[in-house]
Amino acid sequence: MSRDRIHTMRFISPPYLSQNKSVRSLMVKVLLALLPGVAVYACLIGPAILLQMVIASATALFAEAAMLKLRGKPLGPFLSDGSALVTSWLIALTFPPIAPWWLTVSGALIAIVIAKHLYGGLGQNPFNPAMVAFAACIVSFPALMSQWPSVTLDTRFTDQILAVLGLSRNLDALTSATPLDALKTALRISPETPIATMLSDTKIYGLAGGRAWECVAAAYFLGGLWLLRCKVIRWHAPAGFLFGVVALSAACWFFDPGRFASPLFHTFSGGVLLGAFFIVTDPVSGCASDMGKMIFGFSAGILAYTIRVFGGYPDGVAFSVLILNVCAPLIDLLTRPPVFGMKKK
Amino acid sequence: MITRAELREIFANGIWKQNSSLAQTLGLCPLLAVTTTLVNGAMLSLATLLVTALSGFSVSCLRKFIPHEIRMPIFIMIAATLVTIVDQCMASWLSEIHNVLGIFIPLIITNCIVFARIEAFAAKNGPIQSFFDGISMGIGMLWTLVVLGGLRELLGSGTLFSGVESIIPSLSGLRVFGDDYPGAIFFVLPPGAFILLAFMIAAKNALSSRRSDVSVHPVESAARQAMDTSR
Repeated sequence: MSRDRIHTMRFISPPYLSQNKSVRSLMVKVLLALLPGVAVYACLIGPAILLQMVIASATALFAEAAMLKLRGKPLGPFLSDGSALVTSWLIALTFPPIAPWWLTVSGALIAIVIAKHLYGGLGQNPFNPAMVAFAACIVSFPALMSQWPSVTLDTRFTDQILAVLGLSRNLDALTSATPLDALKTALRISPETPIATMLSDTKIYGLAGGRAWECVAAAYFLGGLWLLRCKVIRWHAPAGFLFGVVALSAACWFFDPGRFASPLFHTFSGGVLLGAFFIVTDPVSGCASDMGKMIFGFSAGILAYTIRVFGGYPDGVAFSVLILNVCAPLIDLLTRPPVFGMKKK
Repeated sequence: MITRAELREIFANGIWKQNSSLAQTLGLCPLLAVTTTLVNGAMLSLATLLVTALSGFSVSCLRKFIPHEIRMPIFIMIAATLVTIVDQCMASWLSEIHNVLGIFIPLIITNCIVFARIEAFAAKNGPIQSFFDGISMGIGMLWTLVVLGGLRELLGSGTLFSGVESIIPSLSGLRVFGDDYPGAIFFVLPPGAFILLAFMIAAKNALSSRRSDVSVHPVESAARQAMDTSR
């Protein structure tokens, strides 16, 4: 094989180490790593998340089976690889737990049918399916997608279930803004109050990133560390992403501590930790090379902070990941590792 | 004059085989911009239908006198005149809908389908054939934009025929899903139109391949045709 041919290949050059990993074992580990986060979520914020996960998983598996049948692919191996389950769990975890059931169903349908199978199925999708679903739904239904259960009011399980089934009459009594949203609104209403005074209201903001939500984020972090230890993901993308968020928020914080929240708040609020370990690390829509993964993560982190603080949407993780998904092929092209035995140009 | 077989061929082309939006994918900008409601899509298509029909007829009448080297400027003059006439007529008789459609009425002149049909058909065929070709292309665009506009209106805001009162005052729009339908704003925005259009193209291709009446892939042949004419 000539040198030119080798240069055009996208794989890391030999010698290879064989890895005894199937898609299914990877996906099962990702699902296991999500479990601590889910458990904390169900305990502190509400068990409705479990119902949402059931709805999302059932829809995703049904859509997956239907699309596989339409495309003439074998059902067994693809349906049991667990990728549809990971997508549906991410949808359930990023959507509000008291979103009406049809919102979760349409999110799962958008992810599996449009974002995954219309682009060619597992391994071919240029965009992260769960993030496509989130973006499409928050653009379509901004009001419903910002109805989060209030952690201060201690809502009952039955109320949450009724809200999911669309039967709740006093939905406003259950809901409140997320800590990120609350902070944004507070900053708009009283621009003179320093941000430290606002954040000292631990009933909403807790100690780090929002009461209860910070514990969920910490549980995602632990799950992510376990994934790193199992070598399911590599450290480059999460480290780049967290560094991007922390670096930019620290810069803004040093520049004007009265107007910008601390890096600690930004790391533990919203979807940053879930995104860092479970979304930016998507092997399909992300980058392939280590350097590329780092650039991908870092740029996504910078964008996520920018959209979250200066943009109109409550959080920026979904949009930043989608934008970087578009750039991933270019980043891969520019960070191609040198062929084994060759020197770097 | 015109035979029945010719007429059938012209209409089959315009409405289905060479449908301006679904097969040739021409004029996507107005398609995305105005199909937020069924009525807007229908009215823009009707205005375009008038222009394609009349411009086809006039160019075909004058085709023996138009020097080949400078045909494009002359086609533009003819089509622009007709667009201006349609624009002024709508401004005086349908001023409300004219205000809604705004710049997209004068912009019919930049719609590739007008020039595609002048260049590909009217410059080579007789006036009556060209007139019917313009009408059939307009009908093809009309039904596509009506379906697309109807779907976007239905999913995006839960209504149908809203704005019809500005054309026929005795009618009014329907609220299909009731008053508490939240409205999927995604479908009101251009990305929603793109995705729905893609589904319509896929449905058309599926139907066509089932009847196997396409020898070439429709979008490919359309792209080739579009490259020949100025976009």
